[in-house]
Amino acid sequence: MAQASAAATPPKVPRRRSASPRRLPYLLIAPAGLLMLGFIAYPVVSVFYYSLQNYNVTKPWRNGFAGFDNFTRIFTEDDQFWTTLGFSAQWVIVQVALQLTLGLALALIVNQTFIGRGISRAMVFSPWAVSGVLTSTIWILLYNSSTGFSRYLADAGIGEYGTSVLSDTGTVFWAATVAELWRGVPFFAILILADLQSVSKELYEAASVDGAGRLRQFFHITLPHLRDAIILSTLLRGVWEFNNVDLLYTLTGGGPAGETTTLPLYVANTGIEGHDFGYASALTTVAFVILLFCSIVYLRLSKFGGDHK
Amino acid sequence: MTAALAEKNGTRAARPAAPEGPPPATPRRRPGRERAFDDVPRWQIYVPLGIYLVFTLVPFYWMFLFAVRPAGSTSLVPWPMTGEHFSKVWNERSFAVFFQNSMIVGVCTLVATTLVALAGGYALARFDFRIKNGFMLALLCSQFIPGALMLVPLFEIFKNLQMINSLGSVVIAETVFQLPLSIILISGFIKNVPPSLEEAAWVDGCSRFRAFCAVVLPLLRPGLIAVGSFAFVHSWNHFLFALMFLSEQDKQTIPVGLNTLIGADSVDLGALAAGGVIAAVPVVIVFAFIQKWLITGFSAGAVKG
Repeated sequence: MAQASAAATPPKVPRRRSASPRRLPYLLIAPAGLLMLGFIAYPVVSVFYYSLQNYNVTKPWRNGFAGFDNFTRIFTEDDQFWTTLGFSAQWVIVQVALQLTLGLALALIVNQTFIGRGISRAMVFSPWAVSGVLTSTIWILLYNSSTGFSRYLADAGIGEYGTSVLSDTGTVFWAATVAELWRGVPFFAILILADLQSVSKELYEAASVDGAGRLRQFFHITLPHLRDAIILSTLLRGVWEFNNVDLLYTLTGGGPAGETTTLPLYVANTGIEGHDFGYASALTTVAFVILLFCSIVYLRLSKFGGDHK
Repeated sequence: MTAALAEKNGTRAARPAAPEGPPPATPRRRPGRERAFDDVPRWQIYVPLGIYLVFTLVPFYWMFLFAVRPAGSTSLVPWPMTGEHFSKVWNERSFAVFFQNSMIVGVCTLVATTLVALAGGYALARFDFRIKNGFMLALLCSQFIPGALMLVPLFEIFKNLQMINSLGSVVIAETVFQLPLSIILISGFIKNVPPSLEEAAWVDGCSRFRAFCAVVLPLLRPGLIAVGSFAFVHSWNHFLFALMFLSEQDKQTIPVGLNTLIGADSVDLGALAAGGVIAAVPVVIVFAFIQKWLITGFSAGAVKG
């Protein structure tokens, strides 16, 4: 119908189009562009600038150009940088791997047809909407030593009274991991479930006719189809888990004994509580470069967007 | 074999599983023969799903339990109920004010993000222009910028704009960090609307803007719901910007209020749980409404946009 009417009055369409000024796309992206220039690009540039400065509110007499001193200090003197970077890497890898595995399994399950599917989906996805601070709140209630679940386990004869998984260096990592998994898995499940909707049913049909079992169908049809979605979502999630501080900040505060301090948490402590903004900026720059480098390597190795089907 | 499967799934009366089974009287989307391919034994669905549901729901229940049971009680059933913790956080701990502030921030961010992202997404979807690729690249790169590490320069900017302790600073910061993903998502949705629909409206004499509002916008509903709810939930939940930019207590938002409760010398668990419930209710309601659109929203090719 659209084509018919367009054909009936052919000169009108091009006229309309040329009538829209060439400036229109620029006008349309201007609000977004200006906001991002002012509140993302400018802060980024200022972080790069300050990374070459001594800039510490508490030691103003030393402020000034520092060259690469901050960077030398990071790589040669700062043990805490390496510890926190190591913890960040551990955190990101464990979180992304577990969230992806569980999210994929969950998506495959709720993609089946069964009674109660709608309500089950709503319930298992619900922690997606919950904030880091609220997650901390909930898990502090679960983990606290006097009325948390350890107390009820102890009542039932399992474990000891007064166990606090958050203050024990041996358990705090896994305690925080479980809390973050609780709200992180739905992200993957939602994205993967969305992508599963576009798998052609005929493929499964054909595979089934050819005698391929469900496991083979999964590895030869489902996984290849999900490939790009998985690569992209793991990358986004990895960056997000690296940068995100609110859960660990509120749940463990980076403790006990600095055991769960990620690099961004360390940077925030240095810059905001330690007022050493020059050094914090240098740390930020290094973190940014590491992140960018890892992302590029990841995309290259995974051959994102390549023809692989 | 198909007969055996149909037998096993006998509980589902309306399921025409086998060709030799009851004739497909109920009109189904797919004919009976195909059902067998994705037939998974029921227990393989319900057992892992049940385990996962326990993992998901027990923490929510735990919070609810702590919020409604009287202080000092160790009962595992929420009875007798009490509202003491709620009235305490709502009145004494200023959660009434926090709630209002969070709502203002959430709604303003939703509106600002959606409008700005619609404009930007439309430009990306419908035009070729010189800086298009550069703009796309900037959007993608901004995903790598840790908002937490931008706190200090952002603080200085808002200080210069005299917007510290104004909710506007948080709205701007949330909107800006929400924009890149929203623009990419919305442009993906707009690309899925055939341009011929719009062109037909131009032919009928609509301006570009009117054609957009009348033809494209209604079709974008799932996408707009997804993007808008993202923006709302995200800003409702976000913590660091509000923590840094709003130091006056009557300007703070719910997550900051929760953090104050967590950080108190002796944590009042009942009050903390009640505060958590207050924080959870709006997002859970929003989520309950949008979760269906969320799947369709993403599967509309948005991620590949």
